[in-house]
Amino acid sequence: MGERQLMTGNEAMAEGAIRAGCRAYFGYPITPQNEILEYMAAHLPAVGGAFVQAESEVAAINMCYGAAAAGVRTMTSSSSPGISLKLEGISYLAGADLPCLIVNVMRGGPGLGNIAPAQGDYFQATKGGGHGDYRLIVLAPSTAQEGAELAGLAFDLADRYRVPAMILADGMLGQMMEPVALPEPRDPATLPPKPWALTGAKGRAPNYIASFALDPRDLRELNRRRHERYREIAARETRWEELATEDAEVLLVAYGTMGRIAKTVARQARRQGLRVGLLRPITLWPFPYARIRELAGRVRAVLTLELSSGQMWEDVRLAVEGRCATPFYGEMGGVVPTPDEILAEVTRLA
Amino acid sequence: MPKTETMAQVFSRPRSLTEKKFTYCPGCDHGLLTRILATAIDKLGVGERTVIVAPVGCAVFAYEWFRCDGIQAAHGRAAAVATGLKRANPELVVVTYQGDGDLAAIGTAETIHAANRGEAITVIFVNNQIYGMTGGQMAPTTLEGQHTTSSPGGRDVRATGHPMRVAEMIATLAAPRYVTRQSLHDPKHVALTTKAVEKALRYQVEGKGYSLVEVLATCPTGWKTSPTTAHDHVRDVVARAFPLGDLVDRG
Repeated sequence: MGERQLMTGNEAMAEGAIRAGCRAYFGYPITPQNEILEYMAAHLPAVGGAFVQAESEVAAINMCYGAAAAGVRTMTSSSSPGISLKLEGISYLAGADLPCLIVNVMRGGPGLGNIAPAQGDYFQATKGGGHGDYRLIVLAPSTAQEGAELAGLAFDLADRYRVPAMILADGMLGQMMEPVALPEPRDPATLPPKPWALTGAKGRAPNYIASFALDPRDLRELNRRRHERYREIAARETRWEELATEDAEVLLVAYGTMGRIAKTVARQARRQGLRVGLLRPITLWPFPYARIRELAGRVRAVLTLELSSGQMWEDVRLAVEGRCATPFYGEMGGVVPTPDEILAEVTRLA
Repeated sequence: MPKTETMAQVFSRPRSLTEKKFTYCPGCDHGLLTRILATAIDKLGVGERTVIVAPVGCAVFAYEWFRCDGIQAAHGRAAAVATGLKRANPELVVVTYQGDGDLAAIGTAETIHAANRGEAITVIFVNNQIYGMTGGQMAPTTLEGQHTTSSPGGRDVRATGHPMRVAEMIATLAAPRYVTRQSLHDPKHVALTTKAVEKALRYQVEGKGYSLVEVLATCPTGWKTSPTTAHDHVRDVVARAFPLGDLVDRG
């Protein structure tokens, strides 16, 4: 890690992306992620990168599709309603096996909702969202520091597996300022080559990039190979953080901003003598099913905490499979609970 | 073909076309225009740095017909995909090939804004006044009174709007370097279209900027007419609704 800077989560993700070799950004203004667009406008040209403020979210994601096809590390960012608009393009990226980074700084929904922090886009991010049978690698930072680091990881994983990656953040994380120890900058020229990229058919056969296969058997084969990669990702790249799980009787599961609040709750509960632990998924897809299942065999309850109506809760229950109680605590509409409110709930369970 | 004393090869497949068979209906102008584009790529010698951006529509397979790198874009998004390619790698020569449903209906925003930014790309716009691949529905360019499967009583302009003049619309913008409308209804106009496509591509290679070549083309299958009658219809009717010629040339 290099120098420390005080920056917002949005800025940290943007700088993390640039330092990971992102050289093409396409975006559209929407609160609460505007600082990413503005940071890229100010800083990407200085390192020889391309910045375009697109006419729409639809155009921005399709510009990413083009830039990714050209073999460049490329990124777009938006917030919930804008991500809905990008889903067509995200499906095409997935279908064409193109790596890129999409950042969603979630806000309250559905519809126009509001600009407060929320986690209502979990289904959209982890279960497909766009049309067709595809997955995204979904990473959920809970601090600005982690936002900067996960931007780099997202590009590495996207390139390695040729799968688009999404950072699922929220308005709290995007707006909050924290000191960040920035990763060392990487020279794009040193990144692994992409022999499939559209660089001009000089001295080689033409490269074609499409998500199109009219013959159902051909399309099935393309899907099968992609799903083999998904299985490999699930086996190798599932990430999470644990706190005080060794002897826990109640396990909290929460991600992002809620994961951060849950950490405070778990520490407070321990100070009160309650045996409470935390598992914070860092990859939402692949989801840490196996580890939660393992812990579910040892605790009384797994309490899922979300800034939504219980979306990740479904994955937690799939992991637990009835091994223990699976209560849920959530808020909607951009309301963020205090640690005390959650602690009261935990106390009832512990 | 081997040379003999009496015969010499004077006509062949352009180098930039693969052996892959076109999927166009017999008598349709797409094949001719695809060939014209390949010839222009050959003439400028840029096949090794060209990327063809294929649309959704009858030309959906276009990315496989050229001996150049190719990419298939979502319906209407070709200009945005081309923007991403060109901005990521300005050395590439990026060409979109799009129909009227793709470019002028679902892709209107991408089309206008790429032109307005003056993206250094070449847009080939096939105006045949119909959605061909999906079975002949009304397009933004469908003529007044024209019968299509979704305007069975003929296009009623009071309810569905007037034929959209894309080249004129793009010509109002400050950034485009070359905007023209051409036709393929007779050999003279085929030659003019060939020159226009070459010029549009040359402007990009010379770093001048954005070009759009709108080409009036036939869809005998969708129009339910013969190829010959279709060409007469372009000459006598379509070219009156969509006047031919250069609208912008800031070479």
